[in-house]
This record gives sequence, structure tokens and C-alpha cells, in this order.
Amino acid sequence: MNHQPERLYLYPVWIRIWHMTNAILCLTLIITGLSIQFATPGTVIKFKTAVSVHNIAGILLSLSYAAFFIGNLLTTNGAYYVIPVKGFLDRLLKQFRYYTVGLFKKEDAPFPVSEENKFNPLQQSTYVVLMYAMVPFVILSGWGLLYPEITVKSFVGYSGLDLTDLFHIIAGFTISIIMCVHIYFCTIGKSPWSNFKSMLNGYHESH
Amino acid sequence: MVYKTNIRPAWVVLVLLMIFTLAFTLVKTSDNNAPEQKVQTEKIIPTKIDLSKFKNAEQNEKCLKCHGQTKYSYENAESKQTVTKRMYAELVLNRDVFYVSNHKGFKCTDCHSEDYETFPHAGNLRMETKANCIDCHGGDEKYAKFKFEQIESEFQASVHSEKHSKDFTCWMCHNAHTYKINARTNENLKQTITYDNLICLHCHGDVNNYQLLTDKEKPNLLQKHEWLPNQASHFTNVRCIECHAKNEDTLVVAHHIMSKKNAVRKCEACHSKNSILYASLYKQQVKENIQKEGIFKGLLMADATTIGPDKSNTLNIISILIFALTMLAIAIHAAFRIKKSS
Repeated sequence: MNHQPERLYLYPVWIRIWHMTNAILCLTLIITGLSIQFATPGTVIKFKTAVSVHNIAGILLSLSYAAFFIGNLLTTNGAYYVIPVKGFLDRLLKQFRYYTVGLFKKEDAPFPVSEENKFNPLQQSTYVVLMYAMVPFVILSGWGLLYPEITVKSFVGYSGLDLTDLFHIIAGFTISIIMCVHIYFCTIGKSPWSNFKSMLNGYHESH
Repeated sequence: MVYKTNIRPAWVVLVLLMIFTLAFTLVKTSDNNAPEQKVQTEKIIPTKIDLSKFKNAEQNEKCLKCHGQTKYSYENAESKQTVTKRMYAELVLNRDVFYVSNHKGFKCTDCHSEDYETFPHAGNLRMETKANCIDCHGGDEKYAKFKFEQIESEFQASVHSEKHSKDFTCWMCHNAHTYKINARTNENLKQTITYDNLICLHCHGDVNNYQLLTDKEKPNLLQKHEWLPNQASHFTNVRCIECHAKNEDTLVVAHHIMSKKNAVRKCEACHSKNSILYASLYKQQVKENIQKEGIFKGLLMADATTIGPDKSNTLNIISILIFALTMLAIAIHAAFRIKKSS
């Protein structure tokens, strides 16, 4: 563990293509989503355009998610998303301490990137919640809004469509926040740009 | 590798998805099993209404013994035989509907000529002029809150009045025998929508009624509204007049129906914070609901389906706050990093 290779081929082509597609689609969905949410006559993006683009991007995101999902079932990449339960909280706190204290003291990362551990515990748990809870939820609720006739009409006295809409927006907002933090954390690498480069060339550069 | 002893989240999601689909199907089926609203069936005889409660009912029965049913009988004066004939549908008055309508207290001859009391009816009675809403309700203090004068002037300015002049009267949309106040009193928004849309569909959805007033071919409404996304949802969740009538805040229901070129076609006219629906369809209900339940529950309970998602200010404030705090945390973290590295 002490010796880390300088460059580690960690991101195979399919992951990079998926990641890039996912990033572009999510950004498109956030921008058009906000534009629909705060629609007023005469906004920058026309409402109709925003809705069409949002719908198309949403459908493409479903496909891209399916690719990620199946890819993770079939390849070893899925293993990175398995959280070992034992000592989980300790590891989480350790990583949290590193980001809030250790990093500034120039300490070594407690869970350096390796072939076995692509993600640190904090990353791992965020990604699991994001990719296996938030994204499926936002996709399902999105389809429910795209085809209102398939949505349950009422749920415990509330309009089913309104609830779907509300949860879709909350989930979308949460994903947007996670995305902001994700992009910022990517600047914590060998250099502020090295992690972004990794997602293009596939090689991870160690600290 | 670790995953061999652990379950991959993907499998968990698959199982959850299956449970979700199952639960969804169950809720959906119970949704379908929900008792449907009873459709008013044409039960002409016998009526369930206790006629003794209505002071003019007995006198009205003179008319309704024929006009209250789909057939009538009379004795042929020459052959002395009893003849049974069908009553034309538009001349049939359903007691069950009349005696719950706004005009239930009237006797037939309050509005129709007393000469109708003789049978066979004299031919010239066909020429009888019928009173319009304003003829009775105009200038009456008791009805001031309904603003019949404004309704009349909005109607005069409407495309119906302009294009069809005197042929088009209040009775084209509101049946004097069945009219029942609705938008103002009905708490069920869906019922109001159906009620009001059926008024338009009476002609615009029925070529026979449509061509009573024009020789033009009746436009196909489904085709004309093809551009509307989720057409069925729009048709069942808003009224025609939302887009086709000019709305004045002072009237509960707009009567200034505009020509199609002036109809609202911009999605964001409804799907935005300043949705026109708040000034029309939701005006009455939302106001009451918000007062009763508060903004969040009030809007959800109002059946005000997904118009502008931006309807809860509290949620907006919370999300802006969360976003601002996230950005602040990032900025502080970044500032420390820059400081330490330099």
C-alpha cells in the first residue's frame, strides 16, 4: 500500500464515455429544469424548447443510467459501489477529518486511490446514494411526469401528479447540489486539473 | 475482492424496483376500483324528488305529465282513440334535474306563455320570445354579486355574440331548466372543469348542435389541439375558457370568449409563477384552500395539477439557502486550501 504507482489506469473507456454523457445530460437537465421551474414569459430559454430538451435529455439519461447499471452488474466496476459494513462509520469519519483538517496539515490521504479502492469512503457512500437511490428516483418520477396518465391519480388525499412533481424537483435539486460538491472535490487532486484529465485519458495520477 | 461477500447495490435496486412496480400496480388497481362518479341517468319516470316540497310543482305537473317524459298520450278527437307519441328530446324536462336547479322554484308559466295550458298548443306560441338572464337578473340588488351586467357586456364582446348576433343567447350555453350554480359553490375542481367544458362541447363536440348556428364544418377539437402536450391531461385538468376567454378579475367565470387567434398558446402563461390559472380556474378554490390549509397543503389539496412547479415559496427559500450554504462551504474550503498551498 505504501508504494503507489504514479499513473494508474482506473477509468476504462466505457466508464469515461458514460461519465461524460452523464455529465452533459445532467447539466442540460439542471439548466432546462431550472428554466422550467422558474418559467416566466420571455425567459432566456423558451419554455417549449426547455421542456423538449429536458424530456429528450431525461430519456437519454435513462438509457445512460441503464448502461451504467448493467455495466456495473457485468463488470468488476460494480464492486467499487459495495460498502463493507464493518467499520464503515469510522472510515467515513476518518475521511471527513481528512477533508476538514488533515488536508490542510498536508497529511497523506487516509484512503489513497488504488485499484482495489477507487473511491474513498465518503465518495463511495455518496455515489451509492446518488447512483442507486437519487438518480433512479429522479428518472422514475420524470417518466411519471412525462406520461401523467400512468401516474397514480391520488395518494393519501394528495394529487399523485403533484407529489411526483414535488419529489422530482427535490431529487433534482439534491442531485444538483451533489454535482456542485462533486466538481469542487475533483479539484482536490495532484493538481486542481489532474482529476479532470483522468476522466479524459483514464489514468489516475496519485498525490 | 470485497464484493464477493457483499451484495452489490445494483441488485438491491433491482429488488426495490420490483417491489415498487408491484406496489404501484396495486395502488393503480385500487385507483381503478374507486367508485366512479355516478353519471346522471335519464330517469324520467318515476322521479325520486318529493314534489310536495315545491310550491309550484303541482301546477308544473300539468306540463310535465307530457314534457316530463319521453312519450305523451292524447285522445284523438275524431277517432276517439288514445294516441301515444314520442316527445322530442329537447322538449323533455327531467324533473330530477329541474328540481335541483337554480330555477326550481318557478312555475313553467312564469317564463312561458299561459296559452301553453291548452292542448294542442297554438302554432304561434313558437314565436314566443324568451327572456335572457339579464331580463330577470339585471339591476336586481339581490343578484348584484353575480354581476349579470358585466357578464352581459362580456358576452356582447365575445366571439359568440359577434359572429352569431341575436341567434346566440345565454341559453346556448346555460339551460334555463337545468342551470345550477357551480364554479362558485362546488369545492370539487374536477367537477367544475367537467361541468364547464361540457357547456362548450355541447356545440363544439356535437356537429348537430354546432351547425344549428353555422353552416361551417365543425373543426375537430382533438386535431386542432394536437400541439398541446399531454392533450388528455390538459383537457381534463383545465377548462376551455382558461385559454379561450379573456379573464377579468371581477368575474368568477369569464364570459368574454375570444376568437381562436387570440387564444392562449404560450405554455408559460399557465406554467409559471404568475400563472393565469390563479386568476381563473383556481381563483375560488385556491383562495379558500390556502386560507384553510396553508399555502403548501392548500395548493396540493386543490387538485391544481402541476401548473408552474414554482408554487411553494418556502421550498424555494429553503433550496436557495441550501445552495448558498454549499457554495459558502466550498468557498471557505477552497480559500483555506489556497492559503495553505501558497
